[in-house]
Amino acid sequence: MKAAPVSNDIILRTGASIMVPVILLWGFYVLVHGAIGPGGGFQAGVILAAGFILYTTAFGLKEAKKILSVKLLMVIASTGLFIYTGVGVLAIIFGGNFLEYGVIPIGETPAEASKYGIEMVEIGIGLTVMAIMLSIFYDIVLKEKGG
Amino acid sequence: MRRYLAILSCFIFWAILVYGVPDLPAIGDPEAPANKHVAPRYIERSYEESGVPNIVTAILTNYRGYDTLGETIVIFTAGISVMLLLRRREK
Repeated sequence: MKAAPVSNDIILRTGASIMVPVILLWGFYVLVHGAIGPGGGFQAGVILAAGFILYTTAFGLKEAKKILSVKLLMVIASTGLFIYTGVGVLAIIFGGNFLEYGVIPIGETPAEASKYGIEMVEIGIGLTVMAIMLSIFYDIVLKEKGG
Repeated sequence: MRRYLAILSCFIFWAILVYGVPDLPAIGDPEAPANKHVAPRYIERSYEESGVPNIVTAILTNYRGYDTLGETIVIFTAGISVMLLLRRREK
């Protein structure tokens, strides 16, 4: 007999429905505070992926794929890398070296432009890491359940 | 026989490493070479050069931005490899 695709454990499902929004909110906090506190793109990506993995274990793969399908994950991962290299190429367009954020004309001083560049790069890293962690998780689950 | 050779070579390598440990600088030694090269510049000027108070983030994405781009590409490649090896075609 095949195991039920959706967990019937009421403790897990109730706990997950309380925990998942908090974990995702914490992930976004770590992502946008990476420049001024502990954290950054890699950590935030893993926290966000952990929230979605908890959601998947509680409510099943079908429900999770309605929110983030496998195709959408690859689009998100590519977008993250595109943002990162895009910021780098933008610096070349404005006459600097690759990833030299200071020459991009946002903000008043080069340091301020650099701050915005770093934030953009962190968001790119976060998107890629989250999507790839979830993609690997989906692949393993698909392999074990055969569909 | 080969197993004993492997154990012996592991032990010799371990002994060489332990022999080198007393020559390492003490943890947090301000005179250590690692703390004399680029670290003072990062501590003194990373805020005015990159505009972020977190020195770790400044090093990671500003001074070593090219390296971090490579790390992100490594993660991306790992995800694509797992996808190619494990994913079954959905019917």
